Amino acid sequence: MSIGIAPPAHIGAVAPALAGERPASLWGDAWRRLRRNRAAVTAALFLAWMSATAALAPWLPMKDPAAQDLALGATAPSSAHWFGTDELGRDAFARVIYGGRISLLVGVVGTLVSLLIGVTWGATAGYRGGRLDEAMMRFVDILYSLPYIFLVILLLVFFSRSLVMLFVALGLVQWLTMARIVRGQVLSLKQQTFVEAARALGATDASIIFRHIVPNTLGPVIVYTTLTVPAVILQEAFLSFLGLGVQPPAASWGTLVSDGARLLALFPWLVIFPGIALSLTLLSFNFLGDGLRDALDPQDRSDVA
Amino acid sequence: MATFLLRRVLLLVPTLWAIVTVAFFLVRLAPGGPFESERDIPAAAKAQLMRNYGLDLPLHVQYLRFLGSAARLDFGPSYKFPSRQVREIIAEALPVSMELGGWALLIAIVVGVPIGIFAAARQNTSADFAAMGIALAGVSIPNFVLGPVLVLGLSLTLYLLPPALWEGPQSRVLPVLTLATAYVAYVARLTRAGMLEVLRQDFIRTARAKGLAERVVVLKHALKLGILPVVSYIGPAAARILMGSIVVESIFAIPGMGRYLVNAAFNRDYTLVLGQVLFYAAFLMVLNLIVDVAYTWLDPRVELA
Repeated sequence: MSIGIAPPAHIGAVAPALAGERPASLWGDAWRRLRRNRAAVTAALFLAWMSATAALAPWLPMKDPAAQDLALGATAPSSAHWFGTDELGRDAFARVIYGGRISLLVGVVGTLVSLLIGVTWGATAGYRGGRLDEAMMRFVDILYSLPYIFLVILLLVFFSRSLVMLFVALGLVQWLTMARIVRGQVLSLKQQTFVEAARALGATDASIIFRHIVPNTLGPVIVYTTLTVPAVILQEAFLSFLGLGVQPPAASWGTLVSDGARLLALFPWLVIFPGIALSLTLLSFNFLGDGLRDALDPQDRSDVA
Repeated sequence: MATFLLRRVLLLVPTLWAIVTVAFFLVRLAPGGPFESERDIPAAAKAQLMRNYGLDLPLHVQYLRFLGSAARLDFGPSYKFPSRQVREIIAEALPVSMELGGWALLIAIVVGVPIGIFAAARQNTSADFAAMGIALAGVSIPNFVLGPVLVLGLSLTLYLLPPALWEGPQSRVLPVLTLATAYVAYVARLTRAGMLEVLRQDFIRTARAKGLAERVVVLKHALKLGILPVVSYIGPAAARILMGSIVVESIFAIPGMGRYLVNAAFNRDYTLVLGQVLFYAAFLMVLNLIVDVAYTWLDPRVELA
């Protein structure tokens, strides 16, 4: 497999001074291409709207997701309750929005955990090379072959089902691929002449890593991060479906779908709306990730020439 | 080749040892025990139970005994169902999961690969966009959303198919469809990406320059290499699919491995959990090995070392 090597990020910044006219930098180029991808732009707008609604939910004019109305019970969608109510008379629309708060939070934090471990691990292995690299990547190989979901389930069943344990479990599952991607990038980047030039000018290891190498790994890392968020949200929803995710009274989209599925024949709207919210969000992240990859992929230059 | 196989098989043993060791201590160190949930067992009876299962022995003795039984692949009776051996339970649940997974896997390949080839051959046409848009949706809709929605539509509204259980050929349709969808979509995406990567290579240009029909170029020359990403994905995925889907088996009340695993973990059924973990890990690793061997056959440039 060939590894796409992005041109050094600083070239775009230096060149205009020489040419007098601004050529397309990697990022400017990518941005231009991303904007032309209608699916990716729509997805990004949807995600922005979803995140804003979820984040601002407590201040929006909305029903209280925890307020029960036992006399009302479960009702089909109506003008008073857009997504209907559940068997305790709680407003399903508010429950879906608040579920989004948890699902998105878990997705982002779980991804940050995996990003932190994966980038550090991969960059260290790739830059140091040699024995250390060998040992670190063999460790990753072994972890890859583990039946992860078993361990996560055991971890969550036997120990606490706290949100922190959930973040740890989800982060642990996801960091391996990130480590491999970053290592591959660093391995090829450290051989590049611009790194050699920096070293010849007397740059320290730290400044080479952070000024010259890390910025050039950003493309693939951004793409993979965008694709990790939905993976983590999906994992959490799956664990919630088993009753191992976030615990009541908190409810993620996975919890809502799981609860709704039990009463599917009676109150189908309790599955359908959280299911749509979850699926659309995952779809949007995937569309955005695909769009970013196309925009940042230096192999496909057909539309630039 | 022979040394490669020998080395890999020898590497299986320590890896499996590490996995069952982690699982063993995870299970034993967790608070609570298999007989905690039973109501008001007299202390003497409980002590007798613990003695019967050897749970009164020091932990290291228990561990050594466990390693012995793991080596003989005989884990003894289940804690939850004392009249049944773990081996019997696995022997009974595995064929069910394998049948469910086998159908899903077959559909994933038979449907997914042609869609991917079709889309790649018509890159950037509306047919390509449509196929890949649907595939992305297929990847994004979680199976625990898809399952209930299919049940709602096809069983509870149209009465075409049974909503659950594993009896008779008709009962296979919904679970297999639920399980297969995401894999079909993912295989289609992988095939397309793999084919596009190959189709821009020089030997394809040569084949076209020779005047070969496009059909021959795509199916005879490109496919063998373009399918590689699918091969490397299918191996580990097959292990997961064939060992049973926890979600699908739960939704449709299918007595397969996935359902037993979750229940065993919740019941603290130590022997059943550990037996399943070992079995699953071994299965996964053997399939990974098969994938590596298949690689050399498809791509002669790959050397096993």
